Amino acid sequence: MSTRIRESRGQEMALTTAVAIVIVLLSLLPMLRLIKEIVAPGGTLSTVAIKAGLASPATWVATWHTLVVGIGGTLLAVLSGTLVAVLITLTDIRGRSALVLCYVMPLMIAPQVTALAWLQLFGPASPFLKLFGAAPPLGTKNPLYSTSGIILLLGVQYGPLVFLLVRAGLRKLPRELVEASRAGGAGWFTVLVTIVLPLMTPSIMAAAALAFVSCVGNFGIPAFLGIPANYLVLPTLIYQRLAGGGPAVLGETAFLSVLIGVIAMAGILAQEVMSRRRDYRISSTSLAAEPYELGRWRPAVHAGMWLLIVVVLVLPLFGLVLTSLVPGYGIALTAKTVTLDNYRFVLFEHDAASRAFFNSFWLSIAAAFFAVLVAVPIGYLIAWGKQRWVRLLNLSVELPYALPGVVLAIASLLLFLRPIPLTGIQLYNTVWIILYAYLARFLVLALRPTISGYHQIDRALEEAAQVAGAGLFTRMRTIIFPLLAPAAIAGGLLIFMTALSELTVSALLWSSGSETIGVVMFSFEQGGDSNYAAAMSVITVAVTFVLMLVTNLLAPYLPSGVLPWRD
Amino acid sequence: MARLSLDNVTKSFANFDAVNDVSIDVGDGEFLAVLGPSGCGKTTLLRLVAGFEKVTSGEIRIGSEVVSGRGGSVAPEKRRVGIVFQNYALWPHMTVAENIGYSLKVAKLNKAVARQKVEDALALVNLQGLGDRRPANLSGGQRQRVALARCLVAAPSLVLFDEPLANLDVHLRASMEDEFASFHKRTGTTIVYITHDQAEAMALADRIAVMDGGRLAQLATPRELYHEPANEMVASFISQGILLPADVLSAEQAGQCKVRVLGAELVVRCRPGERPRTGAKICCRSADLDVSPDGPGFDGLVKRVIYQGGSARIEFTPSTSPDLTLHFEQPDPVVLESGAQARLRIRSGWLIPAAGAVA
Repeated sequence: MSTRIRESRGQEMALTTAVAIVIVLLSLLPMLRLIKEIVAPGGTLSTVAIKAGLASPATWVATWHTLVVGIGGTLLAVLSGTLVAVLITLTDIRGRSALVLCYVMPLMIAPQVTALAWLQLFGPASPFLKLFGAAPPLGTKNPLYSTSGIILLLGVQYGPLVFLLVRAGLRKLPRELVEASRAGGAGWFTVLVTIVLPLMTPSIMAAAALAFVSCVGNFGIPAFLGIPANYLVLPTLIYQRLAGGGPAVLGETAFLSVLIGVIAMAGILAQEVMSRRRDYRISSTSLAAEPYELGRWRPAVHAGMWLLIVVVLVLPLFGLVLTSLVPGYGIALTAKTVTLDNYRFVLFEHDAASRAFFNSFWLSIAAAFFAVLVAVPIGYLIAWGKQRWVRLLNLSVELPYALPGVVLAIASLLLFLRPIPLTGIQLYNTVWIILYAYLARFLVLALRPTISGYHQIDRALEEAAQVAGAGLFTRMRTIIFPLLAPAAIAGGLLIFMTALSELTVSALLWSSGSETIGVVMFSFEQGGDSNYAAAMSVITVAVTFVLMLVTNLLAPYLPSGVLPWRD
Repeated sequence: MARLSLDNVTKSFANFDAVNDVSIDVGDGEFLAVLGPSGCGKTTLLRLVAGFEKVTSGEIRIGSEVVSGRGGSVAPEKRRVGIVFQNYALWPHMTVAENIGYSLKVAKLNKAVARQKVEDALALVNLQGLGDRRPANLSGGQRQRVALARCLVAAPSLVLFDEPLANLDVHLRASMEDEFASFHKRTGTTIVYITHDQAEAMALADRIAVMDGGRLAQLATPRELYHEPANEMVASFISQGILLPADVLSAEQAGQCKVRVLGAELVVRCRPGERPRTGAKICCRSADLDVSPDGPGFDGLVKRVIYQGGSARIEFTPSTSPDLTLHFEQPDPVVLESGAQARLRIRSGWLIPAAGAVA
């Protein structure tokens, strides 16, 4: 009997061990390495690194800038996202799913593409403005190269993030609470201010915290808009230091990256503290409230919403396409000048660019594939596991994604600067270090939908397979994976879309030969070749669109909320 | 086919005992029903036997092998038990035939043999020709049959049913009950059947284990449970027995003794060895009551009459003890009316053994 009992535990132990190893390698190890660099540079405890960092005036300027654009971007995102969420969710507006799709779209587009698109729209060389002859004369400063420009674009980029969270909260608002208030004589505006918004405080604050973390960690927008104006935030400061000083300044940048991490965490903590001050729990569950009838305001609200979509989505993309079609900087688009040369150049002629397409595609595919495979067993332990400590897993997988990408990039550099002990394998200066960082950073994007998939599966389905004699691995393969496949694969597609034009991590980790699409796009733009950068952007946006359509095919088999753009 | 024994099995979660010191011996080929109100621990008991939960203390044996005990626990996939789940747990991504053949595939059985076995199992539950359907395209009763076929195709030594009829409508229940009974007769498998429905348990089981608050309240044949409940819980739970306070006046003689109930003396059935005592309880059934007799009995007030079609449920308060309410059924023609005075006589009953008395 004792051998049968021992056998019974084998596969479970193997699974737990494998998952633990993956988590340690991808989440705990880089974070610990980073902390070690701060408190004990060179192996002994010292405050040298911290002191040096604090003494530098550049640190303080960049920190101030980070806070300014972080808070400004967050405020703009919260205001716009909440307003749109209220209008779309609580009123009888028409074309809801189309509006959701269009409004959420900027979230699926890489920040540097957003930045590039807006720059092309308003710059002196703008083919769009030239269509009407409204472009400012060449040499004029682009109005977006400024603090307010950065704040505006951060707000545009992360407004949808706030929208999604607040909308999810609004949908759970029981209609009785609204109806009771209206029965008490309150008009729609009073209901909104006295009932709806106070009850939505937790959603709005959670959304604000998330938007804040995203804003302070964002690299693409301040890189495209801030560097030309010499307005540096912490992520771009790190980038400039590292680009100028190489591995020698790693210790200094480690301090800066921890500083970003601390600022991000402070935002999350502030949210925790604020939402604990009052009890906002909604006790009843019920149908959603009847939509408020806009009546004669309906055409105006419609027009306003679609105008917003045109401004934040259609015009920038349109400007981007126009730029990608003109042969050079400052040339107006006419029937004579229109050309596809830029596309030919980035796809076939420019070595680094075509290499970048190849690299980014296989990096994204590999990261997505790996994450789908690993998310299923990790999700199994987190969703169905009995051990309490396993729940900590969830937290440690979230960490590399919750913290700004710069933090993980620096941690990976520190981890792999020297060859891996015992094996002598060198990851630094190769494409593999980018793959490592992608695996660590994006795993959670596949894990979240997988876990919500687990919560929707009746556990009895697994137990039935168990009593039929199937061991853990057989059950995983024949029962659990097929049932979870849609959710896990949707997660994988999200990873692919995110990783394809990723810039923050690869900007710090790339080397010659291991360029990514984001990196090449960035260097084109820095070198003044906006037309090439625009052509690359249009290609990635097109790929993202197509993938979104493909992913939509999975929608009927997915838990709700997995695809952000689906209503 | 195998015996199943539970010895002093306890399962604690955090600080409450879901199953508390339960010992049950299920004979080879026996059909045992585990009956109890919700939250009594019956589902935990089933999960312990299946191996999904580990015992806190005690021992479970299937056949001669200890499967749960102090030494550890044999994994569910190694126990050779079959389970018919309450919600069937059919795998939606497989066809009916794939569902049924799953355990054979896991056991790497020869494909042709496996196909034949699946066909046989389908025939056994009258589902020939439906092997290619998906579970989603079946009716509730058909799904239940697939679940049954899936469980028996592996010829398990022990089959566990977890409230298998709870999700079916009344008509389907009766026919599935017949099906289970004939399945048991045909295969002779040892069956443990979890249910909260007494009629189901009574109709199917050789013996019934009544559970209450994690403990085994009584393990007996359906007849014995009804006529000779071992304690107040079983007496009131089974067919809503009427409990009345009584004083035992005489010692047991030929299985009967004399008691005083609500001031009237009567003779009730009892266990051997009963001695005169006070503070006892008797259990009687609606059929044991005579309404408005001329002779001896006790008076009281009819508080409420709830007509239920064919019979009425009466709430009655004896005038000698106004804080006591009796509920009983009176078949048509219902003569009592609420607010009326009436006289009741108890013809017979069962003296509930004193707590702690050994059967």
